[in-house]
Amino acid sequence: MTEMVTWTCTGCALLCEDIQVRVDNNRIEQVEHACLKGKARIFGCKHVAVPAVNGAGVSIDDAINEAARILKGAKNPLLYGWSNSTSEAQMAGIELARTLGGVLDSTSSFCQGITINEIIKGTIPSCTLEEVREQADVMIFWGANPMSSHPRHLSRYSYFPRGELRQRGYEEDRTAISIDVWQSRTAKICKDKFYRIPPGGDAEFMRGLMDGLSGRVPKLSFDFDVKRILELAAVLKKAEFGVIFAGLGLVYSMKEDFGLLSEFMDTLNRFSNYSLIPMAGHFNMRGFNQNLYDETGYIYRVKFVDGKAASGVEFSVVEQIKHGADAVLVVGSDPLASLPASISRRLKDIPVILIDPCMNLTSQVADVTIPCSTSGIEVGGTAVRMDGKSMEISPLVQGVNMSDEMVIKRIIEEVG
Amino acid sequence: MTSAMEIYQLLPKTNCKECGESTCMAFGVALLSGSRKFTECPPLMKEEKYIDSKQKLEEILKPLEGAHETGLIIHDELCSGCGNCVVACPVDVANDPHSSGRGFGPSNDKVIFRVVDGKVKAANIKECRRFGKDKILCRACIDPCPTEAIEFV
Ligand code: SF4
Ligand code: SF4
Ligand code: SF4
Ligand code: SF4
Repeated sequence: MTEMVTWTCTGCALLCEDIQVRVDNNRIEQVEHACLKGKARIFGCKHVAVPAVNGAGVSIDDAINEAARILKGAKNPLLYGWSNSTSEAQMAGIELARTLGGVLDSTSSFCQGITINEIIKGTIPSCTLEEVREQADVMIFWGANPMSSHPRHLSRYSYFPRGELRQRGYEEDRTAISIDVWQSRTAKICKDKFYRIPPGGDAEFMRGLMDGLSGRVPKLSFDFDVKRILELAAVLKKAEFGVIFAGLGLVYSMKEDFGLLSEFMDTLNRFSNYSLIPMAGHFNMRGFNQNLYDETGYIYRVKFVDGKAASGVEFSVVEQIKHGADAVLVVGSDPLASLPASISRRLKDIPVILIDPCMNLTSQVADVTIPCSTSGIEVGGTAVRMDGKSMEISPLVQGVNMSDEMVIKRIIEEVG
Repeated sequence: MTSAMEIYQLLPKTNCKECGESTCMAFGVALLSGSRKFTECPPLMKEEKYIDSKQKLEEILKPLEGAHETGLIIHDELCSGCGNCVVACPVDVANDPHSSGRGFGPSNDKVIFRVVDGKVKAANIKECRRFGKDKILCRACIDPCPTEAIEFV
């Protein structure tokens, strides 16, 4: 039986909800409106994971029992990943960490966590993508290249669509600005509104812009046409509804001085109405931060002692893998590929349990592999879009594996 | 962009006229415009020594297929399915204002662009503003494309 299903894509944290999928007898036949990245997600893994312990195939029950045994025996287990899981699985993860007295952290730890923290706490103003579509007239992609990371960002929300207050479309009603260290695909679309800065020059350029906004002449240590900064400041001042899309390029270079970013937002908001949206990558990265915050008051890097949570940089995935963790549970992530080799190397020396639908680099060092269904394709649930909007995601087809949520609940039963 | 010269280089260059054109160059121009098919050159099809050229021709002419009347070419291998062209094309906005024009996937069959399996497909090309009696030199699908996947020949 062939049916057309309206589907929400979990290819990235844009969670496009307008995808049409043709499903025939539990098989995905065709997908319309999703970008290539979404299409790759929907058609699944290159190599599917199978249950294994120490490289040998076992039953799923044996794999779960072995995982429980390792976690129960560990003094300081680290539970890491979570950005590719539904909120339901994340909640189960929080419960498991609490039961074990373990450390819990997500990929946001070295990504957008710090920005999301400021937004959840209210120190940086934010808005929804719908508001962007209907109202935004000036947008800055700062250290962000959505044309690669979130391919439909400009077409769905930020630049190209006609919005309630932006009826004449992008040509006349919207100005897109790119500030980056290289001319990305997004920068190309911004044409003469591309401002190339030297690597690590973000903070200084931001101060320069603040000077420009406040009517002072910016002074920069690197070579940059001051006139262009003043022109940009004038454009920013005239905005009716401005948005900063903060990419990793910006977040990384603000790490030392994150107060500067809220200062910048305050300055902009003296002249107009400005919001910031973090360019969260994985589809439910922001969900993890929100769910953990609701449960503990912290967005990441948490250790549970007697059921109570403490948070600190010492509980970050990087610090924990370097020294601390004596077992690691990885859920829907590939730390061997995403962490610096000097750190991820240590994963070879401690027991690693991997829950994932697909094989990845980390599979090579995993002592226990537990396959699970793919979130948003074989199992539904809740996810949080990059702007904080909660979205329902529904499954398309029936898979053979249980969900990561179910696997974690089974582990809780075993260790509890 | 593929040129008539590039195509000519891959033809037998003997001007044998078997195809009905007076020269290989004329045949090459006809291939580029889409009015002839390379399979209509008998020597190219029959003779061993042209096997490589034939394969190359097939490759470079492939994107031209389906673009005959208007010259619109989509380089499939470059397209990332971002949908910028879908939303920016004035014909799509006019024919589907509440979906395509607002950033959603098209809701009807009257649009020019639509992303299927991660790649853009073109239809209704006759509606393109570059053609017809009030034609204008529209670039609304070319400029927003981040990968230069759209071209008119
Ligand atoms: S932009 Fe992201 S959510 Fe939208 S279709 Fe592409 S991968 Fe999926
Ligand atoms: S048939 Fe082929 S070789 Fe002969 S003139 Fe035409 S293109 Fe040239
Ligand atoms: S040239 Fe203009 S009208 Fe023609 S397809 Fe491109 S955007 Fe649409
Ligand atoms: S704008 Fe270019 S890359 Fe994007 S869908 Fe259209 S052809 Fe493909």
